[in-house]
Amino acid sequence: MQSAASFDIRTRSGKRSWTTLLGWAMAVVVLGWAWQGAEMAPSLLFQNAGNMATLAADFVPPTFGRLDHYIDQMLVTLQIAIWGTLLAVLFAIPFGLLSSENLAPWWINQPVRRLMDACRAINELVFAMLFVVAVGLGPFAGTLALFVHTTGVLAKLFSEAVEATDAGPMEGVRVTGAGRLEEIVFGLIPQVLPLWISVSLYRFESNIRSATVLGMVGGGGIGVSLWETMRGFQYTETATIMLVIIVAVTLLDMVSQRVRKRFI
Amino acid sequence: MTAIVSVERLDKSFGPHAALREIGFEIHAGELVTLIGPSGSGKSTLLRHLIGLSRADRQSHSLVRVLDRDVQRGGRLLGASREQRRRCGYIFQQFNLAGRLSVLTNVLVGHLGAMPRWRALTGRFTQQERDKALQALERVGIVALAHQRANTLSGGQMQRVAIARALVQEAEVIFADEPIASLDPRSAREVMEILQRINREDGRTIVVTLHQVDVARRYCRRAIALKQGRLYYDGPIAGLTDARLQALYENAGLDELESSRQPGHRIAPPLQAVG
Repeated sequence: MQSAASFDIRTRSGKRSWTTLLGWAMAVVVLGWAWQGAEMAPSLLFQNAGNMATLAADFVPPTFGRLDHYIDQMLVTLQIAIWGTLLAVLFAIPFGLLSSENLAPWWINQPVRRLMDACRAINELVFAMLFVVAVGLGPFAGTLALFVHTTGVLAKLFSEAVEATDAGPMEGVRVTGAGRLEEIVFGLIPQVLPLWISVSLYRFESNIRSATVLGMVGGGGIGVSLWETMRGFQYTETATIMLVIIVAVTLLDMVSQRVRKRFI
Repeated sequence: MTAIVSVERLDKSFGPHAALREIGFEIHAGELVTLIGPSGSGKSTLLRHLIGLSRADRQSHSLVRVLDRDVQRGGRLLGASREQRRRCGYIFQQFNLAGRLSVLTNVLVGHLGAMPRWRALTGRFTQQERDKALQALERVGIVALAHQRANTLSGGQMQRVAIARALVQEAEVIFADEPIASLDPRSAREVMEILQRINREDGRTIVVTLHQVDVARRYCRRAIALKQGRLYYDGPIAGLTDARLQALYENAGLDELESSRQPGHRIAPPLQAVG
């Protein structure tokens, strides 16, 4: 009896080692395939090191003559991120609830999820180019681009939080004769709110980073200056812009992280 | 005497496993009844059917009526189940409070079913509603904790919040599903005493599932015992003798069922169904 059991275990672990080996082999194949597709050539880095050094030298010293202008532009970037994120949060709440398996039947949650997938799959820059056509050059196009893409991201994160909740508190509200929406407001939202706030703030942080390049396609903000100075070979100006971005993003990340920690 | 709860030929299966078989009984106004039986005997499943949280088998002839209204018939939920739920209180073993909301808000939830929609959704409770919630908390003895978050409370305190919520609902009948199973002995006694008081002073009908026989004996006059999904005993708690209890909790077969029925016991209608 006992020997039979240990034999059973041995065959099982044997099976497992085979599947493990197969897994590793697959991983190696995928890595090789991707290496080829990405045309990875580390040697080029060293061969052309001289060019890079020349280019890097052009960036120093940064010139601070137009610093005021760049700071203004950075503030516009921040403003884009604020509204882009806020609108996204407001829309992601209903969409997130509707794409949750425990709240909506499949014929609602599946279409809504696909719609959110589409919003998420397309990059902010692409949306910005589309919105530039619709509303013209400027920050508003950038804001709309961030809004649509972020709605897709947040709706997914929100609904994952919803699906991980305990059904008990909602049942507790249901048995009092309250309606479905009241169940959500009093039984569900209190459970997910800290996480929702936290992921929204995290998205705000990454939206500030995303907003710095929206200007490159006409979406307003500091990306406009970034693009123009680079195209005009004014690399010392570009260096100043990069410094402004680094300082601003670091500061805002720190502030947002502080706030986030209070909600977890 | 009208029946507050009436169950006929209730069948429920989970896949091939029969959880409830041909259950039938009536509960009358003002009773404090315990549903008793070993774990897995179907007590909680049965209780969930009374309020429409679970549905009986589709092909069955099951009928559940509560407060003169059909809750479900043949596995179909019927009628205005929301309005129906408002008139029934339900208490869970795991309390099912919203932990991050205050104790007071959790009790105020008991008003939601009777409030206009816009006020309910925005959580605008009137002073009158607040006063009533505070009175309910006073009755269960934890008014001092009204403004604490519910998740800072002990299990016994949480269960009192749940009872206060049912009080605010002015529920005509309260179903309590293992209300003391997660509590220490002292909290358990306090919760049972509160339920008993509500039953005596307000005349509310109470159905409580328990698995501790001594508790059932102390607080309830009538017992309905389930064993392996079938009605095993229905009658005065005194009739649930030690011998019967032993058989109830043993892995014994169901032959005992027939002999447990004696004249004088109030046994629910389709008698022939069991055994």
